[in-house]
Amino acid sequence: MNETLKVTTPSDREIVVTRVFDAPRTLVFDCMCKPELVKRWLLGPPGWTMPVCEIDFKVGGRYRYVWRGPDGSEMGMGGVYREIVPPDRIVQSELFDQDWTGGETLATALLNEEASRTTLTITILYSSKEARDGALRTGMTEGMAAGYDRLADLLASIVTGEGK
Amino acid sequence: MTPDRLDATFAALADPTRRAILARLASGEASVTELAGPFKMSQPAISKHLKVLERAGLISRSQDAQRRPRRLEAKPLAEATEWLETYRKFWEASFQRLDALLDELKAREKNVDPPTDRGESR
Repeated sequence: MNETLKVTTPSDREIVVTRVFDAPRTLVFDCMCKPELVKRWLLGPPGWTMPVCEIDFKVGGRYRYVWRGPDGSEMGMGGVYREIVPPDRIVQSELFDQDWTGGETLATALLNEEASRTTLTITILYSSKEARDGALRTGMTEGMAAGYDRLADLLASIVTGEGK
Repeated sequence: MTPDRLDATFAALADPTRRAILARLASGEASVTELAGPFKMSQPAISKHLKVLERAGLISRSQDAQRRPRRLEAKPLAEATEWLETYRKFWEASFQRLDALLDELKAREKNVDPPTDRGESR
């Protein structure tokens, strides 16, 4: 059984990703901060690998991720841990090598456990509306920034419009 | 889809008025005058938005020489959505792997008896 992934844009500066996992949050937390575990799941679509996954898990510590695609192309990102409260939350800065997010973003991961199931909520905050709008113009994260749900509404209305 | 075209599409979609114009055109073509009405904007202001949408390939002009009504072009929008799906798919695929990994860790915890210092054991 797959849980549903939710991607929403509650404000001009935020993207929120929510997902439920059938595991206690201590385990989910481990999977988010131990490199040997992170590199086993944070891989994106099939065919991608994670040749670099370095984590200095302490407040002020840095992390660095590099992914390699099936065609050999690489994508890297990294940042600094700002707040660590096991197993409740991790706050970290994020910056892609190609900077397609219009400057640094701040990602807050919250883990909420209920009946041995964990709801993970990742909020990505842009430095400004301008930064997010800048991200609209380049790279992969325009997918995050374009207002996924608003666009989905728009598309739904367009499909309806075409049908008549 | 070329990056330039995608840039233009997303830049065009970044504005709420232009999204509203697209939603209006989804229910049928409309002239500049017809579009200016509901948006309480001057015709030049609307024309400026229409130019951006046209450059992004999101709308086109019909042949009717008198009204020159605009109509929606669905293809670039569909391509933009596809692009958005990429982000979603990245997380979907990653989280599905995480499901499997968590199952494995849960099973391992059950077998370790008594639980060792889980922290650094390998």
